[in-house]
Amino acid sequence: MSFRALVVRAAGTNCDGETVAALEDAGAAVDRLHVNHIAGSPQLLDDYQMLVFPGGFTFGDDVASGAVLAHTVRQRLMEPVQRFVESGRRVLGVCNGFQALVRLGLLPGNDNGRASLLPNLSGRFEDRWVRLRAGAGAAPWLEPGQEYLIPVAHAEGRFQFFGADGAACDFPEQRIAVQYVGDSTPTPYPQNPNGSQQDIAGITNEAGNVLGLMPHPERFLAPVQHPHWTRFRGADGAPPREQDLPVPLGVELYRRAVRTAL
Amino acid sequence: MRQTYTVTIDATGDPQGGTDPQATAVVGAQVASFRDDLYFLEIPASEPRARVEEFAESFLAGDPARRATVREGIAFPERDATESVALVARKPGVMDPIAASVEHALADSGFPVAECDVRTGRRYRFRNWSPSREELKGLIESHLANPLVDDCAVFLGGEAEAWPSPFRAHAAADLGCATVALRQADATELQRISDDGGLSLSLEELETIQAHYRQLDREPTDVELETLAQTWSEHCCHKTFTSPINYEGETIGNLLKETIFAVTDELNAPFCLSVFRDNAGVIALDDEWALTFKVETHNHPSALEPYGGAGTGIGGVIRDTLGTGLGARPILNTDVFCFGNLDTPADQIPQGSLPPRRVLQGVVSGVRDYGNRMGIPTANGAILFHPGYVGNPLVFCGSLGLIPRNCIDKKVSPGDLIVAIGGRTGRDGIHGATFSSRELTEESETLSAGAVQIGNPIEEKKVQDAQLRARDEGLYSAVTDCGAGGFSSAVGEMGEECGAEVELSNAPLKYAGLQPREIWISEAQERMVLAVPPANKERLFEILAEEEVEGCVLGEFKADGMLRLRFHGDVVAEMSMQFLHDGLPRTTRHASRPEPAPEREIDLAGASHGELLRRLMGHPTIASKEPVIRQYDHEVQGRIVLGPLTGEEHDAPNDAVALRPLRDDSNTVVVGCGIQPCLGELDAYEMGAQSVDEAVRNVVASGGNLDELALLDNFAWGNVHDPHILGAAVECSRGAADAARAYGAPFVSGKDSLHNTFRAGGVSRSIPHTLLVSAVSVVAGAPLAPSSDLKEAGSSLLLVGATASRLGGSWLQALHGGSGGDYARFDPHGGPEIARLVADWIASGKVLACHDLSEGGLSVAAAEMAIGGSGSGVQMQLGVFGKGPSDLELLFGEGPHRFLMEVREADVDALINAAEIPVVEIGRVTDDGRLSILRDETVLVDEPVAELRAQWKEPLRGVWGGVE
Repeated sequence: MSFRALVVRAAGTNCDGETVAALEDAGAAVDRLHVNHIAGSPQLLDDYQMLVFPGGFTFGDDVASGAVLAHTVRQRLMEPVQRFVESGRRVLGVCNGFQALVRLGLLPGNDNGRASLLPNLSGRFEDRWVRLRAGAGAAPWLEPGQEYLIPVAHAEGRFQFFGADGAACDFPEQRIAVQYVGDSTPTPYPQNPNGSQQDIAGITNEAGNVLGLMPHPERFLAPVQHPHWTRFRGADGAPPREQDLPVPLGVELYRRAVRTAL
Repeated sequence: MRQTYTVTIDATGDPQGGTDPQATAVVGAQVASFRDDLYFLEIPASEPRARVEEFAESFLAGDPARRATVREGIAFPERDATESVALVARKPGVMDPIAASVEHALADSGFPVAECDVRTGRRYRFRNWSPSREELKGLIESHLANPLVDDCAVFLGGEAEAWPSPFRAHAAADLGCATVALRQADATELQRISDDGGLSLSLEELETIQAHYRQLDREPTDVELETLAQTWSEHCCHKTFTSPINYEGETIGNLLKETIFAVTDELNAPFCLSVFRDNAGVIALDDEWALTFKVETHNHPSALEPYGGAGTGIGGVIRDTLGTGLGARPILNTDVFCFGNLDTPADQIPQGSLPPRRVLQGVVSGVRDYGNRMGIPTANGAILFHPGYVGNPLVFCGSLGLIPRNCIDKKVSPGDLIVAIGGRTGRDGIHGATFSSRELTEESETLSAGAVQIGNPIEEKKVQDAQLRARDEGLYSAVTDCGAGGFSSAVGEMGEECGAEVELSNAPLKYAGLQPREIWISEAQERMVLAVPPANKERLFEILAEEEVEGCVLGEFKADGMLRLRFHGDVVAEMSMQFLHDGLPRTTRHASRPEPAPEREIDLAGASHGELLRRLMGHPTIASKEPVIRQYDHEVQGRIVLGPLTGEEHDAPNDAVALRPLRDDSNTVVVGCGIQPCLGELDAYEMGAQSVDEAVRNVVASGGNLDELALLDNFAWGNVHDPHILGAAVECSRGAADAARAYGAPFVSGKDSLHNTFRAGGVSRSIPHTLLVSAVSVVAGAPLAPSSDLKEAGSSLLLVGATASRLGGSWLQALHGGSGGDYARFDPHGGPEIARLVADWIASGKVLACHDLSEGGLSVAAAEMAIGGSGSGVQMQLGVFGKGPSDLELLFGEGPHRFLMEVREADVDALINAAEIPVVEIGRVTDDGRLSILRDETVLVDEPVAELRAQWKEPLRGVWGGVE
């Protein structure tokens, strides 16, 4: 049976097209459904091995980014989504999807603490490519220690963790999926584009099957999407191939998700 | 009974302090500035307060960093006695998209949302600062609110906050329809009718209408008169350019038809699938897919309210894409802006105009928020600063769409239902122009809603999602957007060939009390009109429901050639489509040769060449646009393969954008633009030709070619009642047409915006003649783009197209008070040869980097290429040009047809020998990080690239606040 992934769409989702393309490139059979459709027949979720909340500006990010989508899921779909998570199947939230998973409490997950994705310290939306290093928590999704170059594009991506007592505190190292890396430590702006604590760009839940990422791996499916691919041409001037690039494609993440069992 | 609650959300839980960057940018970092979000809720009193508190806590705060305070009535949390406060909220009647999202969440939480009402606002708190009331109010109104659309109140430390209920009901207006006594009116009376009604009809037009109704033997209704005024407006039917023009004794029947369209006809390019007839031009991509392309202006609304004006500008052109054929998917936005100089002294800003810096901030933010939320990359454009735009900025917004070729045609059939989908109808945009000169009074509530349009991009995204699903299921037979003129233009256009009958009371309204005339001409945003065969209605409405898009059946297309409007059953207009669309009298306009520009020497006051180069690099027109580009999501959808920024540090400029529309290597599309306002006053013909040339150069330097190249024209002109100014338009369109012919590049769509004037010092001034040319090239296969950044030390620099460069019309001249003088000319034979050669060389893979020479000439182009090549330097020798041209002309002169190109040394001879056009090896790439330009033995320029880069990055830094 082929690997089936469901991409959830709502008003203002806008990275669903390239997310479907990434999953299909990786070999998945993909459906893209409106959250209202899923809420009408939640048993649909049983048919999928992976659930993806893609990027966008659901409901304009009014109130807070991902807030209205998270509220809809909480009010209309929480129980089946929770079951999906508990069954150990993969759930991925990218950018706005990450923000929604955090608002829902599915990330960091059912332990002693909550997180927020707060406004960038720069005070505005920024689109730029960042260097990332996969951490210990990346294991089910990415190669720990590997460096990536992937774009971010958001206004509210500053990760902040709060412990059980509500006070800001460190996030457990072993659950950090990816961190921004730069010329010094801690990573300075703009290499850490938003001021996230511990340079966090993505985290997993305790079981590792739920991943949230601010960067957009689905925007790097082909070598010609590398931001300076024109500097890696072959001697004949041909566009670079995957192996000519100094970093793996973003689609690596989807390939691993689709091809390796948790 | 309803209970009002005020929910205030603060960010006190944010360990970074929760201060607000925008407010901090306004009052300075020494003041702790906070921003609270305000939600005013009206909830049935039967709902327990605890439920409201739970909603506020879990949804409106919803986050450990944020705290919700719920108060009954209009009341705010206690605050520190040292805190000054400003409360800001949209005026009642002005679009408040956040309120709609909160209502959505209320519904999900099970509140009876039909009985609830929501308005939102914000509250700025400034700690340990004691401004005067006037100072605080002034700062807020000029930076954090716009009095045209926002209510604002300030309270100093210790003062209690008071705010009126935002739920004021709209006064219901008289719901009738009136007739207008026109038949017996004399000329004065006719003009009064037009002026009082804000109809902007000329006397000749009024007399034509009068004659028509005398023939019908009845008076027109107000709805009919409005419909005629809308349909015959300059904005809707471009009557100036389509009427006869007498130019220096020669009669031009239809200016654009005889110049720009004529070339398109003549070229008869097989890739042109639909030109100058739909909402956008359509060209082939492959056998299955096509591209739509359109650029619009939204100047006046952007001058009044830059954020809303620019946002609705981009929203409007996206609807053109959705309204072309059966609807295309928008895949790229472009934007080109012209503003006054950022350092314009306050006393030189015309009364009633906003400072250019404020306009820039607002316009960029508006495009950013609309484009980003729609999920469309904004990835190509230009920003120009010139004193001529100080009272009348230009905002061009473009949209490229992807459409299946079998969806290009549309046909309305009698019997099709007229279905409107999307946003609700309000007084938005009704007679906005007459509002701007009035004082804000108690009438403002109604008036301000009409004056400025505020967009709701998520509404448009929902419309797009729903419409394209319905398209793919074949549920409708035609579509168009509601733009200028609202339903009146959309339905009038679609029903032109057959007829239409509309029940205006079916339109969902934002608030009660709209007159039928207002419903008909409202320019409320985010609405499309579909022609739907009755059998498909049910399925269409199913899709609309799932996508949360409101739809209504407005009426039906008919076969009787009549436009019939009813309101609650009563006929309020009944007019023949034929008179509506063909009745407009065509007045002959007079044009004469443009007046020559005054001759004024430039004053360089002994500045060195290096200093002049730094000045140019530091001029905002040439300077880095990175602070703008980064705010745009220029990569969403994953189709972009050559973005606006390049080089290892991703901070150097590319000439154009390249994308793979189908996300594969089957085809690459390159989009660029050309705009040359400095040339306009010297020679409008040359401006037309060289704007085309610049657009072509940008596209070719970025991997495009001349095989399938299409163009758009956007004229932004001043007072065309002035014969010289109209004459310049004649010259310009001839120049553009000749250049298009030379390049074999047809124009496929266009738009003109006339009467761009403003009052300064008691006189009316026109903007500089401005033509924006946008170009799109389709190239089979993977992207070829070399990008502009230098790649390898030791390689050679070639100047391809070593043609004349002059100071007339250059930015060096503009910056130093010069005018007139000698300028370079477009070469219809050499230009295309050069462009073809460059495209061929790039396709051969031998070009490492390529950049066109434009603003600032050769020295600026070389500097920009070096900025992208990490650590690169450039050494150039201009001795090769002999004694003729001056140093200034060589370094900073401008002219068409020139490219600077990096190639490997080993390839130089073969490339030069094969070329039949002037190609000169002009220098080489070094690794010393310096830009050195010599002329024989003389050092003209020797500057560290790092310093040029710093200079170039400075002008737009900090404009949007926050860290850089």
